[in-house]
Amino acid sequence: MECLIGIRGKDFVLLASDSVAGRSVVAMKKDHDKMFQLSSKLLMAVSGEGGDTVQFAEYIAKNIQLYRMRNGYDLSTKAAASFTRRNLADYLRSSTPYMVNLLIGGHDDNDGADLYYMDYLGSMVNLPFAVHGYGSFFTLSIMDRYYKEDMTKEQTLALLQRCIDEIHERFIVNLNSFKVKIIDKDGIHVLKDIRPTTKPPVEAEGTQQQQQLMDTA
Amino acid sequence: MALQQIAGLKFPARNSDLVGEKDIVDDCLNASFNLQIPRFCDPVELLKQYSENEDSDVKIRFDHGTTTLAFKFQHGVIVAVDSRATAGQWIASQTVKKVIEINPYLLGTMAGGAADCSFWERVLAQQCRLYELRNKERISVAAASKLLANMVYGYKGMGLSMGTMICGWDKRGPGLYYVDSDGTRLTNYMFSVGSGSTYAYGVLDSGYRWDLNVDEAIKLGRRAIYHATHRDAYSGGVVNLYHMKETGWVKISQDDVLDLHYEYQKEKQ
Repeated sequence: MECLIGIRGKDFVLLASDSVAGRSVVAMKKDHDKMFQLSSKLLMAVSGEGGDTVQFAEYIAKNIQLYRMRNGYDLSTKAAASFTRRNLADYLRSSTPYMVNLLIGGHDDNDGADLYYMDYLGSMVNLPFAVHGYGSFFTLSIMDRYYKEDMTKEQTLALLQRCIDEIHERFIVNLNSFKVKIIDKDGIHVLKDIRPTTKPPVEAEGTQQQQQLMDTA
Repeated sequence: MALQQIAGLKFPARNSDLVGEKDIVDDCLNASFNLQIPRFCDPVELLKQYSENEDSDVKIRFDHGTTTLAFKFQHGVIVAVDSRATAGQWIASQTVKKVIEINPYLLGTMAGGAADCSFWERVLAQQCRLYELRNKERISVAAASKLLANMVYGYKGMGLSMGTMICGWDKRGPGLYYVDSDGTRLTNYMFSVGSGSTYAYGVLDSGYRWDLNVDEAIKLGRRAIYHATHRDAYSGGVVNLYHMKETGWVKISQDDVLDLHYEYQKEKQ
């Protein structure tokens, strides 16, 4: 039921995740942050099974920090993503695979902004925009329709707002708050939570006639 | 063994090469750190034959019926629990202590497997004491809950059943964490765990404010458990209520839900 969204813009990556932490039918926490900082310009959003998400994310984050301590410089986004993917793939056929799906967004001096999409089977791909979860069924077409290369921050946020509105409109599960972060050459910036815009109910012609019939019957 | 013969149980052959020959003392001291894998290959498979299997004469039903809740407010944390233990439809006990006193400023609640909760929270108490001795200061609630979550994550998939709330007061103020046997660890201002949790949430969410006074908060906690026991068949007995203050926890009251029922009914008139 969790939704992770990533969009690459002009020299920055935007990551958004829903903020509901649920256990069976209960929403246990409504302001949960599913994004983990791997380094000063690397952010990872995780979703999947309970303990695995946090344990895996913290394991990767600590190892990225260790590399920095040993070598004096940060891993590139591509290298960090490959390291993460290698760990997922290595544990896949062990008795304790990590059931996590994730998005990694980062900024380098060499490659600029990059977004990587990874799933629990250890597959990885570099994409301009990506979504994990049931939310993808509703939002990928919106991204296909309205996404352009090198969008500004405002344009990207507007696209994200469209996606969140559609999830609110059509997805049966109530995800009414998303945490949003941007990674650019100056590091990771936390933006305000995004909620679906409230829209007035649709006054379609058909519905009024139905109402009249029911009143007279 | 005589009991084994009478009960007609068959244990699989022991593979002594799987477990190394170690000092018994060594094992005891390091028990909680080392991963103690049982001597047979797959604990999940083995346990299946003893639980809920029609063919087996031995049935161990793990108890999940319970309602526990805890919430933070301006004067600390209120922890309220019921006291019923059920084995399927049978009420095994009405007097279970579902709040585990880890130390004078940390409380843990019990939901899921009673043995799992009380054992692991006891190990947590040991680890908290060791922390105090090593660092000359009390452990924070965040660290204590992280220790428990990591310990239990090591046994993920092996059949532990535990849904607990770790409540305490440390230098950051009142602390409340939810830890369960999948390894999930969350912090929030309010949690309710167990089969009756949805009913408790209903009353809790409608009556909750951060600026409740102590008396109102106690009444809210007690009310929420009562309503959960009224609707949920697997919760009942008495409501045990604790208040976590800056100076540590205090046990407030123990009220039978039947008495509460008539008391609340009178109030409505």
